[in-house]
Amino acid sequence: MKKMLAAAVSRVLSRVAQKPASRVLVASCNYSNDAMFEIKKCDLYRLEEGPPVTTVLTREDGLKYYRMMQTIRRMELKADQLYKQKFIRGFCHLCDGQEACCVGLEAGINPTDHVITSYRAHGLCYTRGLSVRSILAELTGRRGGCAKGKGGSMHMYVKNFYGGNGIVGAQGQIAEAFNMAALWKLPCVFICENNLYGMGTAAERAAASTDYYKRGHFIPGLRVDGMDVLCVREATKFAADYCRSEKGPIVMELQTYRYHGHSMSDPGISYRTRQEIQNVRSKSDPIMLLKDRMVNSKLATIEEFKEIDVEVRKEIDDAAHFAITDPEPPLEELGHHIYCDNEPFEVRGSSQWIKFKSLS
Amino acid sequence: MAAFAATAGGLLRLRAAGSEGQWRRLRGAGLLRGLLQPESATGVAAQRRRVAHFTFQPDPEPREYGQTQKMNLFQAITSALDNSLAKDPTAVIFGEDVAFGGVFRCTVGLRDKYGKDRVFNTPLCEQGIVGFGIGIAVTGATAIAEIQFADYIFPAFDQIVNEAAKYRYRSGDLFNCGSLTIRAPWGCVGHGALYHSQSPEAFFAHCPGIKVVVPRSPFQAKGLLLSCIEDKNPCIFFEPKILYRAAVEQVPVEPYNVPLSQAEVIQEGSDVTLVAWGTQVHVIREVAAMAQEKLGVSCEVIDLRTILPWDVDTVCKSVIKTGRLLISHEAPLTGGFASEISSTVQRSRAIQRAVTGRHPVCRVPSTLPDA
Repeated sequence: MKKMLAAAVSRVLSRVAQKPASRVLVASCNYSNDAMFEIKKCDLYRLEEGPPVTTVLTREDGLKYYRMMQTIRRMELKADQLYKQKFIRGFCHLCDGQEACCVGLEAGINPTDHVITSYRAHGLCYTRGLSVRSILAELTGRRGGCAKGKGGSMHMYVKNFYGGNGIVGAQGQIAEAFNMAALWKLPCVFICENNLYGMGTAAERAAASTDYYKRGHFIPGLRVDGMDVLCVREATKFAADYCRSEKGPIVMELQTYRYHGHSMSDPGISYRTRQEIQNVRSKSDPIMLLKDRMVNSKLATIEEFKEIDVEVRKEIDDAAHFAITDPEPPLEELGHHIYCDNEPFEVRGSSQWIKFKSLS
Repeated sequence: MAAFAATAGGLLRLRAAGSEGQWRRLRGAGLLRGLLQPESATGVAAQRRRVAHFTFQPDPEPREYGQTQKMNLFQAITSALDNSLAKDPTAVIFGEDVAFGGVFRCTVGLRDKYGKDRVFNTPLCEQGIVGFGIGIAVTGATAIAEIQFADYIFPAFDQIVNEAAKYRYRSGDLFNCGSLTIRAPWGCVGHGALYHSQSPEAFFAHCPGIKVVVPRSPFQAKGLLLSCIEDKNPCIFFEPKILYRAAVEQVPVEPYNVPLSQAEVIQEGSDVTLVAWGTQVHVIREVAAMAQEKLGVSCEVIDLRTILPWDVDTVCKSVIKTGRLLISHEAPLTGGFASEISSTVQRSRAIQRAVTGRHPVCRVPSTLPDA
């Protein structure tokens, strides 16, 4: 009898001891499973109706979006740090501030949809399925990277995600793409992440019309608040449904902001003020917006978010450690995959005595 | 050994190798006149027609590929495309005006046979055509794009060089656009002027990752085009437009392949190696015949066929044998592909070994050529 009691008590005590104090508190808090939020109405072009102005967010989804956005934010900041420590070389374009765009996009489409983007791609790489490890290792050019260390920041690919492209189309190429998509009614969503600056030039100084959602001309468009992940999600769902019902292409402009400069070689303050960046950070930061919403409507507590932050930080630190310690790809691989199914041939290196074999 | 390049339809200047004395110093416009007329008659010659002409020389009927049919170049192309669309259910043909049959009739009948989803027109946008083709190829389908004239390929240059050629390399072999083939009518036609006559193969030769192919005849064209379509690298296939109707040969009806990156020695010889591709092959064949008849010179004629990657071994082996090299192409001289061939041959270890006398078959040159 005494033994059984002792065993029971020890079991209860051990269970209590395993739970951290915060968990115990949460267990006693009354949180809801989902909540309805109002979201900003989208500006419409050539459309009768737009995405809904209210949406339901479940606790599970909310925590997932928060975790994804926080992971992307931490990953970009870690990339910044690694770049300054010269572990990452070459070009590095960071998307912190624009997390809601990629997370909201992924929330609105299916994993089997195909996505392609330009060079500010790390966030989309993550949401499309690449692990932080493989992204950071690709940035540092190691063999554990998603493109085996040969692609770098702008050339990351995974199934149904065609990069990461360093070369981006000019206005002529976009015009041709719009024309073909509209002519053949291709189910294509053209997304413009309008972060107000084209490298160092403000949009008003480069574009005759900054209503980018109208630039599809004969293609309908909508302008979306790109700092609100729920707004992006609803707009993406709307756009995807529009295309899936064979109505043709659609243009989506996401109004967003990037905290860093265009790339790591751009300080980002020579064409805009620190005050402006600080304003956006304090008023419209996407992660802060989501967290505040969820806490205020009792979907989750601050402690839970702090826990997620800790876990994310650990994940990023592990990934960064891997990215620094993984070996570089063997030099012999430098010439591979220029051609396919070809006889192996020699590729000259940086001097006439250095030769690489190109295998396919 | 004298190695140099010549431009077709223009001036040909042969520099006499000092001690040889076998070649006369020749000046004048036009290949034929230059070889036939002595110097004093150049003034009279200048009044005559200055356009070089050629005669298409068909190859003997091939026996090893089954039943053959008389076809000209565009019919051979249509036959190759027909075979491709029949064999590969993902193959699609697109370009400007291809639906009704194409401005050179290369796609006649294909839309009726295979449907409007597989043979369709694009808007007037070369950049868009190639970009669209790259997209199709990346998803795995076979894309056969037509650029209406090679002169118009330049808006698509960025897509070809920056996207198509580098897709496989930059994605670590995860994605590729190897099933893309771009076809374009190429070369002089007599009345084409600035924008219907260009030969841009040299621009693309500077770009690793793509293949560039130029056939000389209907039989070669069908086999090479089928090889390009089946090749797992993006290919550009230039079709000499003057041969579309002028070249008539017996061509097998069934599909067959002519290998890429292999030059063909059309005629063996011992005194000089002549290299050309496309229409110019027929010009130099004529030259070889005339040289044999008038000057007693035995020429080895090589059709390069694939410009990139080109068959270095065949050309070098031939030059080791003969000791002299002449390359002829329609494109402008400076930066033309002949300069690449010429410099590679001169730099080649095999040639250098031969020239230093370790191989007794090659003669030591007494003058260095002007490039």
